[in-house]
Amino acid sequence: MVEITDVVCSLCGCVCDDIVVEVEDNNVTKVKKGACSVGKSKLMGHGRIESPAIRENGSLKDCSYDDAIKKAAEILAAARRPLLYGWSSTVCEADKVGVELAEEIGAVIDNTASVCHGPSVLAIQDVGLPSCTLGEVKNRADLIIYWGANPAAAHANHMKRYSYITKGYWTAEGKKNKKLIVVDVRRTATAKMADVFLQIEQGKDYLVFSALRAMLYGYEDVVPEVVGGVSKKDLLETVRMMKEAKFGIIFFGMGVTHTGARHNNIVNAIQTTRAAHTHTKFNIMPMRGHYNVAGINQVCTWETGYPFAVDLSRGYAWYNPGEHSATDLLIRRECDVALFIASDPGAHFPGESIRHLAKIPVIQIDPFPNPTTEFADVVIPAAISGIEAEGNVYRMDNIPIRLRKLVDTEYMADEEILERILGEVRAIKEKEGE
Amino acid sequence: MGTKVNLISGRTIVQGQNLDNKLSEEYFSEVATCEMNKADMEKLGVTGGDSVKVKTSYGEVVVRAKGKEGTPEGVIFIPMGPWANAVVSGDTHGAGMPQYKGIDAEIEPTEEEVLHVKDLMKRYME
Repeated sequence: MVEITDVVCSLCGCVCDDIVVEVEDNNVTKVKKGACSVGKSKLMGHGRIESPAIRENGSLKDCSYDDAIKKAAEILAAARRPLLYGWSSTVCEADKVGVELAEEIGAVIDNTASVCHGPSVLAIQDVGLPSCTLGEVKNRADLIIYWGANPAAAHANHMKRYSYITKGYWTAEGKKNKKLIVVDVRRTATAKMADVFLQIEQGKDYLVFSALRAMLYGYEDVVPEVVGGVSKKDLLETVRMMKEAKFGIIFFGMGVTHTGARHNNIVNAIQTTRAAHTHTKFNIMPMRGHYNVAGINQVCTWETGYPFAVDLSRGYAWYNPGEHSATDLLIRRECDVALFIASDPGAHFPGESIRHLAKIPVIQIDPFPNPTTEFADVVIPAAISGIEAEGNVYRMDNIPIRLRKLVDTEYMADEEILERILGEVRAIKEKEGE
Repeated sequence: MGTKVNLISGRTIVQGQNLDNKLSEEYFSEVATCEMNKADMEKLGVTGGDSVKVKTSYGEVVVRAKGKEGTPEGVIFIPMGPWANAVVSGDTHGAGMPQYKGIDAEIEPTEEEVLHVKDLMKRYME
């Protein structure tokens, strides 16, 4: 048995890096400390895709890595409007090869931000983001606001490591000297911990942000008695707490990105943060979901100039979310081939998108069988980044952290699979050019 | 004619624990559910574990009712996953983001069985 310390979790955007595990006979046998129940479940492992496979007459037939990679390359090289999607549950090194592959075949490359914090990216491009690191939150924040986010379910260590419950340099007393405000439609487990819970009517976030903005700028008189289901009294109390805080932070989640107003909600959230700057230090940060969704946004931006939904079919990068984002391409039935890596559109895309995916060739690269496997035509199993493969990822506050390899594996890493597909595609194109 | 409700979806802790285990019974029993206020359950005449059919303009799906305090009346919550996505909107309104929350839906008791994930995916291949 070997004990490994400082293990980095490859599950959510918290990227906890203080985990201790035991490894025996090349398996993680125990998670001793550091991980939340979700991270622990990932580290302890689940059933795997056992072999590469190609669909023949409706059923997946096992094959070699060589055959699956060759088949994937043939499909991609022949595609007219390919979509390469996913990238957030793998490492930046793999993402970089992914962008190169997209450029080679003139694909649209999109990532899971598209169905997660894509609207936040649009808002940040519009009005900027007064933000900070999670380390600053830990050491300084005395007012934490979770808005449309339920870390108790989605980022189970977030409060313990970085925000409300943790103790930092200037927050040595922990939650005793901190306040927690939660804004949500449901009284969630996070909401139950809050000093103030604003239970808003679904879809009314924009109105409530607007009311807070007006009050922070001193225009209480224009705010009605009830806004989006929240009383003026509660809004005034929230504003009082915001003004009195030494260092405040709004963490926002899918509650604001998934509803009708989308990026407009986030623009208003950021402008509310700016309004708070007239009184004190205030920050705002999206609760990024997958452990490296921030990383693919970084890599895609270095390589193409844009963070997601990038069309490379013109020979240069073209960015127009709403046109080349995965959902739009699929709903318009525009793409003729899709490659999914480190993501599961079968589980997480609207049914209407999946109806089109069921009709076109789909390549899946993933460690685990999932709903996407049910309609994938080429399935290529991958090593699990952070357990069987190492590489760099970006935490939700854009801090790069290197994932560690804990055990050996026969599975190929994402980066190698993509490099081999890229090599095959280039060989096919070279042959066609002769 | 079902009861009109507002459908939202989102994460749960057990859904997260089974992100890499979506073909499992544990994922099925957590995610193929519909959380709602007890008053709404009484109005529908269902108890926890009963099948309910959720219909929207985008599709319909059968899930199991689950009482959950803290969910406001008139709102139902289906954990993110294949069952919720069978009835959410793919229209991104030009922003790239489908609408996963705030969807007009109707809900009614049903005798129909909840489909397992593989059977649910087969519907897309028909």
